[in-house]
Amino acid sequence: MKKLILALSTAAILSVASGAAQAATKVCFLYVGSKTDGGWTQAHDIGRQELQNHFGDKVETVFLENVPEGPDAERAIERFARSGCELIFTTSFGFMEPTLKVAKKFPDVKFEHATGYKTEENVTSYNSRFYEGRYIQGKIAGMMSKVGVAGYIGSFPIPEVVQGINSFLLGAQSVNPDFAIKVVWVNSWFDAGKEADAAKALIDQGVDIITQHTDSTGPMQVASERGIKAFGQASDMIDAGPETQLTAIVDTWGAYYIKRTQALMDGTWTTQSIWDGLADGILQMAPYTNMPDDVKQAAMDTEAKIVSGELKPFTGPITKQDGTEWLKAGEEADDGTLLGLNFYIKGVDDQLPQ
Amino acid sequence: MTLAEAILLTITTAATPLLLAAIGELVVERSGVLNLGVEGMIVIGAVVAFAAAQLTGSAYLGALFGMAAGCLFSLLFAFLTLTLVANQVATGLALTILGLGLSGMIGESFVGQRGVQLDEIAIPFLSSIPLIGNLLFNQDLIFYVSIFSVFGVSWFLFKTRLGLQLRAIGDSHGSAHALGISVIKTRYLAVMFGGACAGLAGAQLSLVYTPQWVENMSAGRGWIALALVVFASWRPLRVLAGAYLFGAVTIGQLHAQALGFGIPSQFLSALPYLATIIVLVIISRNRRLTLMNTPASLGQSFVPDR
Repeated sequence: MKKLILALSTAAILSVASGAAQAATKVCFLYVGSKTDGGWTQAHDIGRQELQNHFGDKVETVFLENVPEGPDAERAIERFARSGCELIFTTSFGFMEPTLKVAKKFPDVKFEHATGYKTEENVTSYNSRFYEGRYIQGKIAGMMSKVGVAGYIGSFPIPEVVQGINSFLLGAQSVNPDFAIKVVWVNSWFDAGKEADAAKALIDQGVDIITQHTDSTGPMQVASERGIKAFGQASDMIDAGPETQLTAIVDTWGAYYIKRTQALMDGTWTTQSIWDGLADGILQMAPYTNMPDDVKQAAMDTEAKIVSGELKPFTGPITKQDGTEWLKAGEEADDGTLLGLNFYIKGVDDQLPQ
Repeated sequence: MTLAEAILLTITTAATPLLLAAIGELVVERSGVLNLGVEGMIVIGAVVAFAAAQLTGSAYLGALFGMAAGCLFSLLFAFLTLTLVANQVATGLALTILGLGLSGMIGESFVGQRGVQLDEIAIPFLSSIPLIGNLLFNQDLIFYVSIFSVFGVSWFLFKTRLGLQLRAIGDSHGSAHALGISVIKTRYLAVMFGGACAGLAGAQLSLVYTPQWVENMSAGRGWIALALVVFASWRPLRVLAGAYLFGAVTIGQLHAQALGFGIPSQFLSALPYLATIIVLVIISRNRRLTLMNTPASLGQSFVPDR
């Protein structure tokens, strides 16, 4: 809270200063967590820093961290808009409605909302195909796991997370058709202790690979203590497990932030709905570590195939968990279905909370 | 290690910080002071313990510093509410908010570092008892302190003269003052004890539970500790039962999920709270006994009138 106030007051001071200079384009970022969370928000903040370094004096970036989703978010966004921000990035799913509400009041300000699905004249929605990275992780898990069961720590049963679970499993089953995963939901995006407990529970039940769709390094640490392998999420978590992390999905928003700010400066900014993937560089894989060379090679090949568009994770034949057919051989899932994905595929040892 | 043993071990780790924070708050509330700043004191304890352990390389010094930091931080609360007679509820909430922000600032340069873990101390002979030996007598120091503190506090409150005085102050500070007991001084000491316990609970989080520092790592445990004190109707042994029950159901539901029973995970996540409330309400259903245990002047400010 103290930081929030501090950031707000610096924002106010800076806006006065920029009024005098009048040259810099003001780009503002709203974060749901702390910029040093080691995961999701940190990835966005690295993107912000890249933007700042790229343009130097020509842009001025301002951020607010630890803003809860809800009424506080709306106030914070409105404050950004009033303080002269020309482009505002709101970086959490729950900021979608507040962003749209404020955008209506400030038609001249441009807004960009991450991982949502609604757009407006001045609101763009941008998202990343995290599941592409999870397919590669699944492939690695399929080759590395001795017991053929991986543990998956989930946050909330929303389509984005379900995509990840299914994609991971598809990757693993491409190596070992009998591969299964156990899922534990912690109902939180960030609770190091609870995530660690979930990892312990999964390991105690015999899984030998841990992957997570939550944001703290707790599970990585537990995996490292217990001497098994794990995957990082959102940021490179190699520091938390130098001998443990196989790879991580690293969100790399910087290039996107630079592109959109450039568009704003050139006057070519228009609303759009983007869902980019590995090929566009919006997400990258951390170095493949702690694995034999053949696994590393297979992972790199898979990555190359996804980048070239040769491999799409959600390509049939795929059977749903209940045994019915989802996709026929060669059929690809459309984005609409993926964005609303609410069922598991065969091999998940869990019932999806509805 | 068998599965059951592994589960029990995880439960003790999950329950220890709750138990420590709750037992500290119990003493504070027994003296008639309501300190809602537990969450803030835990998180300050966690960050200072981690920082001290990193800088000195000793987890024990870390724990000591964490305890001291919690204690020092609670002094701020004591000064505001006891000396300046500020509202306890508002000050406690402010302490939590300040603690969360301040810890983020202190910890900024420690994020992402690998922590020093507090090691286990095996007690000779006892630790080789089958089944329970490894579980109860091969743990870290903070675990031993947490169990000891329950019986220590219980003995202090109900078997010593000072404990009686502390409870008297909590029940009627006016009468206690008239009897010549120093209300403010006792409350200062109680609040500081509560702060030290919360600080140690924080140290457990950053040195044992997940040896690392991440912002907001207390994740609401302070509030659970506060609730435990009330539901345990201010009895130390019930706090012990409550903390372990909460820990057991928390871990149990994770295992139930991993086994794939098909129970909705949202319900399972709510289960620890439900189970703890239900059980503690049942054991404290005797209204007369509950009222007797409730500190009558809880949350009221005391200004000596002469």
